[in-house]
Amino acid sequence: MQSTLSQPQTAALPTKTENISGSQAVLEALVAEGVKTIFGYPGGAIMPIYDALYDYSEKLEHILVRHEQGGIHAAQGFARTSGEVGVVFATSGPGATNLVTGLADAMIDSTPIVAITGQVFAHLLGTDAFQETDVINITTPVTKWNYQVTDATEIPHVLAKAFYIARSGRPGPVLIDITKNAQLQKFDYEGYKACDHIRSYRPKPVVRKEFIREAAKLINEAKQPFVIFGQGVILGKAEKEFLQFIEKAGIPSAWTIMGMSAIPTDHPLAVGMLGMHGNYGPNVLTNECDVLIAVGMRFDDRVTGRLDKYAKQAKLIHLDIDPSEIDKNVKTTVPVWGDCKETLPILTGLIEQKVYPQWLQRFRDFELQEKETCVEPELNPTSDNMTMGEVIRTLNELSGGNAVIVTDVGQHQMVACRYAKFNQSKSNITSGGLGTMGFALPAAIGAKYGAPDRTVVAVIGDGGFQMTIQELGTIMQSNVDVKILILNNHFLGMVRQWQQLFHDKRYSFVNIASPDFVQVAKGYGIDGKSISERKDLQTAMQEMLHHKGAYLLEVNVGKENNVFPMVPQGCSVAEIRLR
Amino acid sequence: MTKQEYTITVYTENQIGLLNRIAIMFSRRKINIESLNTSPSEVEGIHRFTIVIHEVEEVVKKLVRQIEKQVEVLKAYYNNNEELIWQEMALYKVSTDEIAEKVKVERLLREYGARAVVIRKDYTVFETTGHREETDKLIRVLEPFGLIEFVRSARIAIIKASRGFHEKIREFEQHEPSEQVIENEFLDKQQEVFSM
Repeated sequence: MQSTLSQPQTAALPTKTENISGSQAVLEALVAEGVKTIFGYPGGAIMPIYDALYDYSEKLEHILVRHEQGGIHAAQGFARTSGEVGVVFATSGPGATNLVTGLADAMIDSTPIVAITGQVFAHLLGTDAFQETDVINITTPVTKWNYQVTDATEIPHVLAKAFYIARSGRPGPVLIDITKNAQLQKFDYEGYKACDHIRSYRPKPVVRKEFIREAAKLINEAKQPFVIFGQGVILGKAEKEFLQFIEKAGIPSAWTIMGMSAIPTDHPLAVGMLGMHGNYGPNVLTNECDVLIAVGMRFDDRVTGRLDKYAKQAKLIHLDIDPSEIDKNVKTTVPVWGDCKETLPILTGLIEQKVYPQWLQRFRDFELQEKETCVEPELNPTSDNMTMGEVIRTLNELSGGNAVIVTDVGQHQMVACRYAKFNQSKSNITSGGLGTMGFALPAAIGAKYGAPDRTVVAVIGDGGFQMTIQELGTIMQSNVDVKILILNNHFLGMVRQWQQLFHDKRYSFVNIASPDFVQVAKGYGIDGKSISERKDLQTAMQEMLHHKGAYLLEVNVGKENNVFPMVPQGCSVAEIRLR
Repeated sequence: MTKQEYTITVYTENQIGLLNRIAIMFSRRKINIESLNTSPSEVEGIHRFTIVIHEVEEVVKKLVRQIEKQVEVLKAYYNNNEELIWQEMALYKVSTDEIAEKVKVERLLREYGARAVVIRKDYTVFETTGHREETDKLIRVLEPFGLIEFVRSARIAIIKASRGFHEKIREFEQHEPSEQVIENEFLDKQQEVFSM
């Protein structure tokens, strides 16, 4: 995949070596890698780097966040809308531990991140020094790679490795911990050399044409083939190749939550979202197709439901860059390893041009059923209270499907992902694998820096918003133009829904009180409005989208609405419930 | 599938922290490591982990792929006991008086191929090398005569079918390696693996 990413520039090698500090070497590396934006928070052990940063303000923009978790989520948002590596700085001890949630989130959602943490002086390691914590061992399970630097001479090649590992193959977070002495240490700098090979690291497996031929054969013989795709299409920057594939093959295609927006949501072959709160047709027909073609997705349990009843009738073709994903959850008939930007065109070349009108109609029939039972009452409700769905519908109408939508976690996330319309890729930013509440507000900040020309709307619940509400300060200070749309049902809605359905309505600690969000925003100099009536929705949404700069719109929706359809936990995808 | 003993052999770069990165892959899945040895390999600068676990093959297979995915891991293999030559070493400390007094002890030690490593007035340390059952048996035999201390090493194992790592490492150093470097048991045993 790295071949398709912007290659880092090798800095002009100075004719003779310069004497610079480790901190300067860190910043030189960032500049050489094409980094322009850093999210971070200073502190004792990273002060030499911040001191050096003072002289780099023309080349590197630093966004001061309000909490390190906000910093890393912002870096994630940046990476997701820009397709580049997100960078975050934090100090040692608590600064570093505050990154852990974001690292875990980036790990499970394959987001390229380079996190740089300060560390106590090398001679103090292991002495329980002030703000010392064993960040390498804490972050090992949640990083693709991590490394502690104790000597400044290591910095150029370690950072080169960090960027290479973060962005190549299946991307992921990398953490580099740098002791304070290494940041201060002067050394003879010989320039920066980007990394493009590590002998023990194979970012992408060699493409095996014989398997692609087998896959093509299966597809050509299929009567009811079905394509399911994930974020791999977006990470591989293979949206065009993917569209060419499905359009030639004529195969109905459904996305996972992470794959959403890789193809336009209203594409004639698009049949919706998979999974627990996905669409009716794609879930039911997963268990009726004869060939299932999975592209860049990992068969999460929220997608498969009960595994031993998942697509048992189908032959499975699995395209993935990560060989360890093959057979991990679902047995593959034909594995196609490699970067889908390379494998998809080969596959497209081998398949016959086809259409499956009857098979596609079956998806449309299910869609109609779903529309009557779930979609209509959600998008065009007749109830007194507003629904989350009609808010998203209004947003679609006014944004024309061109906005980046960043969601938090819970009911609003499922509703937004079910009903949002997208015309372009990298538009649906959400915490898919880890399900991190508090993700949306800081991620939206980063998303805006990653896509400065696009409208960024953070759709957040009343619970999640209060988890990282402090990032309003970042929005205020850096004038970040994000639109904050709070869908307030005065409950921790998703947990409440489960308690209603599976725990006899025993609403245990889901009744959450909120502050006056508009007043809170005002305190940060951010304009806003709160509405509770349908008649105000259109105008309020318009006002938010047309407002110059950040804006907060709180929409009070029905308290006890549920998200349907739903595949109850432990059930097969075919047992999806419409109510 | 039933659980059985598998030996996982991992070729790695020599880097601090890698032991932890590999060990947590087991603990995350609540798999007990029965024995773990790290040592140099036949290739200079390349380390070799030998890890023994008791698991079903399906789990071991997935685990090995996850291990191989780690940046500093060059290659990981898993084998059952039939595919390996292996040894473990054990040390036994017994009272020298006991051995001197009881002729039977001396005979036993000979029988089990034990070798005296240290002989002092107060105690003697014996060493044996072999499979787990063999070293275990000697403990039981020595116990009645006052076994003061016992310790056993991790398993070290040679894969019967392996041709070593010299050729492989040269491939790894290439920018565009040939297909055989990327191969793993998935391709080697394609027919078995693909059965649905």
